[in-house]
Amino acid sequence: MTQINVRVDGVTYSDDVEPRTLLVHYLREQLGKVGTVIGCDTSNCGACTVHLDGAAVKSCTVLAVQADGVEVTTIEGLAPQGSLHPVQKAFHEMHGLQCGYCTPGMIMASVDLLKENPDPSETEVREGIEGNLCRCTGYQNIVRAVQQAAGEMRGSGNGHVSPAEVDTAAAPHVAAQQ
Amino acid sequence: MTAVEDRPAEAPEREVGKARRRKEDARLITGRTTWTDNMVLPGMLHLAVVRSPVAHGKISSIDVSAAQEAPGVIAVLTGRDVADEQGSIPCAWPVTPDMVNPGHPSIAVDEVNHVGEAVAVIVARSKTAAQDAVELVDVDYDLLPAVLDMEQAVAEGAQLTHDHLESNRSFHFVFDGGEAGTGVDTDQAFADAEVVVSRRFVQQRLIPAFMEPRSVVVQPQGDNYTMWSSTQVPHILRIMLAMVTGVPEHKLRVVAPDVGGGFGGKLQVTPEEVISLLVARRLGKPVKWTETRSESLMTAHHGRDQIQYIDIAADREGNVKGLRCRILADMGAYLRLVSPGVPVLGAFMFNGIYKFPAYRFECDGIFTNKTPTDAYRGAGRPEATFAVERIMDELAVELDMDPLELRRKNWIRAEEFPFTTVAGMTYDSGDYETATQQALELIGYDELREEQRRRRESNDPVQLGIGVSTFTEMCGLAPSRVLGSLSYGAGGWEHAAIRMLPTGKVEVVTGSTPHGQGHETAWSQLVADRLGVPFEDVEVLHGDTSSSPRGLDTYGSRSLVVGGVAVVNAAEKVVAKARRVAAHLLEASEDDLDFSGGTFSVRGTPGSEVSIQEIALATFAAHNFPEGMEPSIDADATFDPENFSFPHGTHLCAMEIDTETGMAKIRKYACVDDVGTIVNPLIVEGQIHGGLAQGIAQAMFEEAVYDADGNLTTGTFVDYLVPSAADLPHFDTGNTVHEAPGNPIGAKGVGEAGTIASTPAVVNAALDAVRHLGVRDIRMPLTPERVWRAIHQGGDGGDRATAGTNAWGGAQTETTAGVSTPQSALGGDQ
Repeated sequence: MTQINVRVDGVTYSDDVEPRTLLVHYLREQLGKVGTVIGCDTSNCGACTVHLDGAAVKSCTVLAVQADGVEVTTIEGLAPQGSLHPVQKAFHEMHGLQCGYCTPGMIMASVDLLKENPDPSETEVREGIEGNLCRCTGYQNIVRAVQQAAGEMRGSGNGHVSPAEVDTAAAPHVAAQQ
Repeated sequence: MTAVEDRPAEAPEREVGKARRRKEDARLITGRTTWTDNMVLPGMLHLAVVRSPVAHGKISSIDVSAAQEAPGVIAVLTGRDVADEQGSIPCAWPVTPDMVNPGHPSIAVDEVNHVGEAVAVIVARSKTAAQDAVELVDVDYDLLPAVLDMEQAVAEGAQLTHDHLESNRSFHFVFDGGEAGTGVDTDQAFADAEVVVSRRFVQQRLIPAFMEPRSVVVQPQGDNYTMWSSTQVPHILRIMLAMVTGVPEHKLRVVAPDVGGGFGGKLQVTPEEVISLLVARRLGKPVKWTETRSESLMTAHHGRDQIQYIDIAADREGNVKGLRCRILADMGAYLRLVSPGVPVLGAFMFNGIYKFPAYRFECDGIFTNKTPTDAYRGAGRPEATFAVERIMDELAVELDMDPLELRRKNWIRAEEFPFTTVAGMTYDSGDYETATQQALELIGYDELREEQRRRRESNDPVQLGIGVSTFTEMCGLAPSRVLGSLSYGAGGWEHAAIRMLPTGKVEVVTGSTPHGQGHETAWSQLVADRLGVPFEDVEVLHGDTSSSPRGLDTYGSRSLVVGGVAVVNAAEKVVAKARRVAAHLLEASEDDLDFSGGTFSVRGTPGSEVSIQEIALATFAAHNFPEGMEPSIDADATFDPENFSFPHGTHLCAMEIDTETGMAKIRKYACVDDVGTIVNPLIVEGQIHGGLAQGIAQAMFEEAVYDADGNLTTGTFVDYLVPSAADLPHFDTGNTVHEAPGNPIGAKGVGEAGTIASTPAVVNAALDAVRHLGVRDIRMPLTPERVWRAIHQGGDGGDRATAGTNAWGGAQTETTAGVSTPQSALGGDQ
């Protein structure tokens, strides 16, 4: 067992871990941070993405001991209790999730992407979240969500795509219906 | 009475049709979700499954002593230990009276029949302790030849998948339009035909690959058991577990908490669910099993895997005369819940939207030493749609006709609905021409054709193709009488109940079981309209057999079309009961009451009104109810549809093929779908997007590949290529709306449309791009390697590199190393 000191979502923990313990297992099993999930065992799917000192990592590819002395942010600590980060809000507004299993990791990866590139094109969003797999949405609404959040975070109102425009995209459905 | 009083109240804004943001999202975007694997119970033990590294063999010995002594291990159980209590994994769909079912033990007892089959289970105090002990179980196998190729499996003198069976054939199912009286004689139609085109299509094996790995928790409480499972079918699971294990049904509660996707892959009664229940019963302790991704890809059921021999007959003018389909459908090693039913569902769809006078379908279900197949998004209908939409293109080439013109000539016209097809289905409504026109505009068809012409003329290394798929599907599974006629083991109804709480809030109980589809939102919209209560005042309860006691769950695009209708019918009953109470409270006759916007009002007496939410409170108090009036306005309803519904649409794909590298890239994708009434356009659009992603993935990326020893070489997400955002194009989608006449919502179902329609559009596009170079077919998925080979070496591009060879794919469990078979030159110690 090795002792680590780690700050997770604003709370400091001092814990003994087996050296082989993965960060995601430590988060889920020792801290009960079950908002971060496991989707694969080869670091392909990104469902377990968290931030280490503000940078996105796949927590299945990080040993818990590597988080010693580090600040970890999970989906549960992304925004203060009772409020939403703009990216979380945009995923809701743009219907960027269905089953929601990939969503925590997808949101954490998107937040990191927007930090690097505050105004990404569609292609840049698609390439930027390439390390995160979603089986439900076909990604289109995730792309919309990330661009929407980008706009809001830049402080330019609704950004590239406003909810109204999404509704417009859906307008043929509604208009044709009695 | 003044004119003002006579004016009808302004109709309240309808919820149905609104792009409501989802209620479900609040917990999902904040990580406050209840996935099964999140659950921790006091004293809970953890399971890990020891799995077979060989595809076919007799178990000659199992030594569990080292595992039993490992730290933290509580017990190790083999198939022998549970042989008397584990029963057989059920198959609910004996498609023919003489179907052969070899039986499916949850833990192998004497023999293993596919790589990944369970041979023992470790029970330990922690997950890591259980996992560590897996390596300590020593199993010896006497190897038997592995049957891996369907065409070889049906040949004379073939090796056997199960050596106690007479052949590798499970069933032979026939639908013949001539015999059924729905068409003319097929052989005669072909004999008389001016043109016959025959093709062999391969529907590769796919893996549903839901994002949340399967997980099961079982808690024993006295002689009661509660199971939480990441399942699409908690109600079916409960019945089947009772029948398989003998735990009485009323002592079992099954809960599907938040479930991270299914796509048919969680429409199953799994060995691991049975094992978890058996272990919990034996030890009297709560247990949890959660799979790894490679376990999931290797052992959760697979989908598709057909070889299709398709013949189409026509005259020289392009009028189709007959369709003949002979299908080999790979069941894998065992029959699971609806394995045989999947290809049989397709039997009624191969004719697509076309007016074939003659049709014959024959299907053989074949055993191989591979993971069992079962439902995967579309289940039978993508296979059928692929075949007919591909063969229509081939016929168009043969006749030198435009593929759209050929389709138009043969499809059912808008004025011909309802139309009974040669497969005996009555298509409900639609307009293929309008959907096609809209799709052509959406994609910019004429410009693309012009660009294609330019690229051909200039001999551009990047060629452009445009693919068409004009599809329909049968949704809303299913009328119980039809399921009965197809020997399915259950009905196809759905149940709902509505509870009016004293404060006016509403609980909707549904037998549908969502795992990403947004039922909590859509059902709230339905109920808000029918009861006239605010959307926010409705809570939807689902997925727990104790709170939602009756149900047939979610699959086959049935939730809205069957389950949603049950909800609407229950709401209508609530209104009818509330009307009696309202009449009493308002001292009026029921006949004099209007109900609008949630309020009963006495016609002609302004101000004399009471809301349904007030009635809920009055009913709770029941202080002055007359004798004989039941103090409840709650109601439930069970809906059994009379017919399937038939969504349709036109999907168009423009594809660029780099003839020098074989790289295929979707340039544009547009589709116009008719799914009937749209309850929530955002959810409908999302379902189409997700469906497209999976259908395109079949065409371009995904394939479960086995090597010559029967090892799955695509057992991780490194090798099984679920597409990322960068792999997929932007989709341009639209809808026409022709209400389904068979249900009061008018909806047809949308969950599978994108998957069913898109695959042939993509492949047709690829072929359209390179057909002038002599390419007649390219096998799916359209990898650059295959496309390049098809262009430069001829043929259909051939197998993937590792398929059927002895290549060591690297995806096996560690224990696979050291196992060799006669075909395996690389066998021996790795």
